[in-house]
Amino acid sequence: MNVAFALLAGAFLAAAIFLLLSRSLVRVLLGLVVLGNAINLLILVAGRLSSVTPPILGAPAAAHGVANPLPQALILTAIVIGFGLVTFMIVLVWRALGASGIDDSDAMRLAEPDLPPTAPADY
Amino acid sequence: MQAASTPLAAWLVILPVLLPLFGGALLIAGAGRTLRPTAFAVLVTLLTGVVDAVLLRHVLVGGPLAMTMGRWLPPFGISFAADALGAGFALLAALVTACVLVYRAGGSDAPAAEARCLALVLVLLAGVDGGFLTGDLFNLYVWFELILIASFGLLVVGGTPLTVDATVKYGLLNFVATSLFLAALGLIYGALGTLNMADIIHAAGSADPAVMAGIGVLLAVALGTKAAAFPLNAWLPASYHAPSAAISGLLGGLLTKVGAYALLRTLILVLPAEGRFLHPALAIVGGATLLLGPLGAIATADLRRAVGFLLIGGIGSIVAGLALANPAGIAGAVVYVVNAMLTITALYLVAGLLEARAGSRDSLRMGGLYVSSPLLSALFIVLVLTIAGLPPSLGFWPKLLLLQAAIDLGSVGRAVGGDPFAQLLALCLLLNALLTLLAGARLWSRVFWRPAPEPAGDPVLVPAAVMPWAIGATTVLTTLVLVAGLWPGPILELGRAAAAGLLDPGGYIRAVGLGPWP
Repeated sequence: MNVAFALLAGAFLAAAIFLLLSRSLVRVLLGLVVLGNAINLLILVAGRLSSVTPPILGAPAAAHGVANPLPQALILTAIVIGFGLVTFMIVLVWRALGASGIDDSDAMRLAEPDLPPTAPADY
Repeated sequence: MQAASTPLAAWLVILPVLLPLFGGALLIAGAGRTLRPTAFAVLVTLLTGVVDAVLLRHVLVGGPLAMTMGRWLPPFGISFAADALGAGFALLAALVTACVLVYRAGGSDAPAAEARCLALVLVLLAGVDGGFLTGDLFNLYVWFELILIASFGLLVVGGTPLTVDATVKYGLLNFVATSLFLAALGLIYGALGTLNMADIIHAAGSADPAVMAGIGVLLAVALGTKAAAFPLNAWLPASYHAPSAAISGLLGGLLTKVGAYALLRTLILVLPAEGRFLHPALAIVGGATLLLGPLGAIATADLRRAVGFLLIGGIGSIVAGLALANPAGIAGAVVYVVNAMLTITALYLVAGLLEARAGSRDSLRMGGLYVSSPLLSALFIVLVLTIAGLPPSLGFWPKLLLLQAAIDLGSVGRAVGGDPFAQLLALCLLLNALLTLLAGARLWSRVFWRPAPEPAGDPVLVPAAVMPWAIGATTVLTTLVLVAGLWPGPILELGRAAAAGLLDPGGYIRAVGLGPWP
């Protein structure tokens, strides 16, 4: 099962990179979401998938034979943070697209104007 | 569970994070009601600075100081650990933030909007301090995200098409960088079973070197993007010039330095073997950053974009120290971070004042400002000479340390033979000084020396008549740079102490409460 999940994480990562390299901002946003999920899967596999028994121990019991809780805690933190950031990015991209009307990152040159080189003429 | 209660001194480690965090929360809660939000924010920042100073003194006298949350034994609980490196940078961060807050004191924003913006600045400071003081890699990721969300808010404030455009680029690339950092953490956890920095130092030795090399590369790429090292620097000149000058100065002074700090922390202290493995790559990246930063500044007419390129050139010095990785090299990198935090912020602040005077962002449309603002011309030339690293300035000392380190490693007479990468870095460091001087002098003569171009003034930026707070804060910061350059003893001492602490992790590990291992 570890191998299957590792391959799945790899497939997610490949899809995320493909989407992130797009010039369309909407695709880049989708890429960010997939990237977050790829890395969450990666953390889950890194913690080894060993058992489906939840790690909730009532009485002081032997702690073997239960799932590793730490990757789950890490992933939960990452999901919450990622959710906040992705929400912000969606609003931001929506505003950016609303301003220009073109979904092409190459056309976004407000902050980096494509000026001709200036001659070092007069001081 | 630990039996003993936490000693009082250990609370010092967490206070620099808690103070601005609660200060920011109070500002949000009281937005609209607080009469003087700026005074409150400055007070909180200065208080944080005092705590940082006490912490730094404590660390320099008695060695690293640590505290583990929830009194869980160290490898399990989240540790905060302050050494000379972290405490020193935290003190500088508070100082720079205080100057920036005073700079924007005379602003015309409504009190409620002003309070929300100040709250974001305080949360940013909390995130930066948390990054500098944490002893846990996953916790470092959380602070990175806190810094990211606060800087999003500060960048996009106002919501003009320009700032939205800049924030999209800044946000996407930094989000990808933190995601890669998280992936590296997942792999570290998978390989070593721990994320506590002190514990990783111990565990990394027995791990598969091939896996650790991959993790090292991933960390270098993620944190290199955060630090804006070439070729991962594209987001910086696309975004830092868009917000107001005060915010530019704050982000320029603090954010890339957290990335540089994390590189020093991970590749020198936590995973030194991976740092050595990356030596050739880091040397090439450092050299390229050193040259391409000032070249970008020469090619740019927008004043604050040019400052951004000078910032990137400086990051090259830090990466160079990382690549050299001997005591003088690391001390040079640490002292350079101190220099850059003060100087780059001050340069952004001066650039903001100049833009307000000239009514334009474009240095080609400024001119003749020497007549109207001789003080600003003096401040600008002092800061430019400091960034170029001319002898009596603060920028000279880290360059000297780095050159010593590079020449020492590169000398052919040594037993190991000359290291070609160190020779390359020595050359790049000298060329960087020349190119930076060229870029700075060009800007200075354009803005101050040549006569004003005819259609002066741009309706976008309204010239402010008098800005006593802004000019005062900029003058104080520049004077600090000047005095620190003439009297560099304490900063050099801090650099040496930080380098010693990074190269010999024994004290750090013991402070966290782990080791010595059998």
